[in-house]
Amino acid sequence: MTWLTDLTPDEWNAVQLSIKVAVVAMLFSLPPGVAIAFVLARKKFWGKTLLDGLVHLPLILPPVVTGYLLLISFGRRGPAGAFLAEHFGIVFSFRWTGAALACGIMGFPLMVRAIRLSIEGVDRKLEAAAGTLGAHPLWVFLTVTLPLIVPGMIAGAILSFAKAMGEFGATITFVSNIPGETQTLPSAIYTFTQMPGGDEGALQLTLISIIISMGALVASEALARRVGRRLDIE
Amino acid sequence: MTIVVDIGHRQGTFDLAAQFASSGRLTALFGPSGSGKSSLISVIAGLMRPVKGRVEVDGRVLVDTEGGIFVPKHKRRVGMVFQDALLFPHMSVAHNLRFGRWFTPASERYADFDAVVELLGIGALLERRPGKLSGGEKQRVAIGRALLASPKLLLMDEPLASLDDARKAEILPYIERLRDETRIPIVYVSHSIAEVARLASDVVVLAEGKVVACGPTGEIMRRLDLLPAEERGEGGALLETTVARHDEAFGMTVLGSGAGEIRVSRLNMAVGAPVRLRIRARDVMIATVEPEGLSALNVLPGTIAAIEPGEGTAVTVRIDCSGAAVMARITRQSRQALELAVGRPVFAVVKTVSFDTANTAAGLRGEADG
Repeated sequence: MTWLTDLTPDEWNAVQLSIKVAVVAMLFSLPPGVAIAFVLARKKFWGKTLLDGLVHLPLILPPVVTGYLLLISFGRRGPAGAFLAEHFGIVFSFRWTGAALACGIMGFPLMVRAIRLSIEGVDRKLEAAAGTLGAHPLWVFLTVTLPLIVPGMIAGAILSFAKAMGEFGATITFVSNIPGETQTLPSAIYTFTQMPGGDEGALQLTLISIIISMGALVASEALARRVGRRLDIE
Repeated sequence: MTIVVDIGHRQGTFDLAAQFASSGRLTALFGPSGSGKSSLISVIAGLMRPVKGRVEVDGRVLVDTEGGIFVPKHKRRVGMVFQDALLFPHMSVAHNLRFGRWFTPASERYADFDAVVELLGIGALLERRPGKLSGGEKQRVAIGRALLASPKLLLMDEPLASLDDARKAEILPYIERLRDETRIPIVYVSHSIAEVARLASDVVVLAEGKVVACGPTGEIMRRLDLLPAEERGEGGALLETTVARHDEAFGMTVLGSGAGEIRVSRLNMAVGAPVRLRIRARDVMIATVEPEGLSALNVLPGTIAAIEPGEGTAVTVRIDCSGAAVMARITRQSRQALELAVGRPVFAVVKTVSFDTANTAAGLRGEADG
């Protein structure tokens, strides 16, 4: 087992960076994910099909295309990128934050789908009952709807995390492959495979990648079971 | 406390045009499924917006489409008990019960937690999850949850419809206590004559989206023509009686009523307690001379006040027994054979065993015999 933990600083950086990027991508996409899933599940409005398509775009486009679109819009000279850098000091291009943005966007459709399904599963009469008890619609959402969709949120979050751990195409296109800044596990593995004698390193990181993903899956299953028991769904 | 409802609504091909006013303690909206009673209660609760109309509770306008008023449901302070309890599955019973309290302004909270828990007998359930409760327990908790929001009006939408007879019998006494011990007016939707006869002070009869009759329960129950054909025998006279004495030797209770003494199976009530007795029209026989050698114990003398003309097998006869009306459903053949006519003195005969728990119930306390 020692060879598994015996990592070079660059490899260790890639592992840590990947986890950081995936966690940040997951946490930041959760609130908009819930909001958009709610809108898609409940509201009827003009342009709903368009919004639905837009959310699903990263799922159907080649990741390189998504990465390139990010590059031209959130890059230093891109309209969004320039605006954010100027007013908020947020820079995405060639930074780990850019990797998180790319990963978050790639995982977003998966997260929205999972949460939307669980919102559609909530009995709206429960919300009506809460309303007759005097709860304002916002309170109904916070005290009834939100707790009931926690299992869907966990499922969506874990899909987003898993997608982020494995994201390669959009990330490398948008923020390149800089060790210590934007070199995530998949990028590091890719680098090893391009080097003579890099097989051992690639295998090492592959195994670590499998362990992290499986660990996340097991943890989410346990969490979902606990929540499910608490909800007492018959 | 008066409820005024005047609503016009259209949903698909269904037209609802209902108008009634009631100041009863428990007003039943009665009618077959599809008659519009659930739509009506949804409008009062604020769950449905009518095309046009007006709803007023105790002088407060909740809906007035002409004036552009539609008070949202969370500001109405109108409690609702749904057919399928709808307890929040992610909260304990205690949290379910306290839910409405958080949203009630402190100055308007009148419901006391312990009193409500005691009234509904749910003290042992507080720590449990709704998923672990029986249907009857869920419904009691749902009633408690609505009460603890201190509503000004309580709506109950077929609260017993999804329960079996044993569970119904378990809950009915609690609803009676609710009606008699709290001062909250109740609007109760039901398609069961037995429930309406037992619980209601006033009845609004609906059919195909329209109000066909509205009035005190005793009067409505006598009008068998309002009932669906297959249930006419279920209707009949409603007598407000009191327990006169118990006959322990034979396991019977003697009730005093305007029509005379009526013997029923032993009731677990104190002497003097009010009892509402439903005498189903199909349980009443008519004799033209005082019968002898008859097993039936209740023989009430009276005169025929009305005979509902009918083409079918049966006719309905209303017998005036010293001021109290008793209804009898007999065959057209018997009517002819006995030469029954309005004004003729007769005897109404009812077997003691035809009164079961479904038609003897605690009477409305504090109200004059109706």
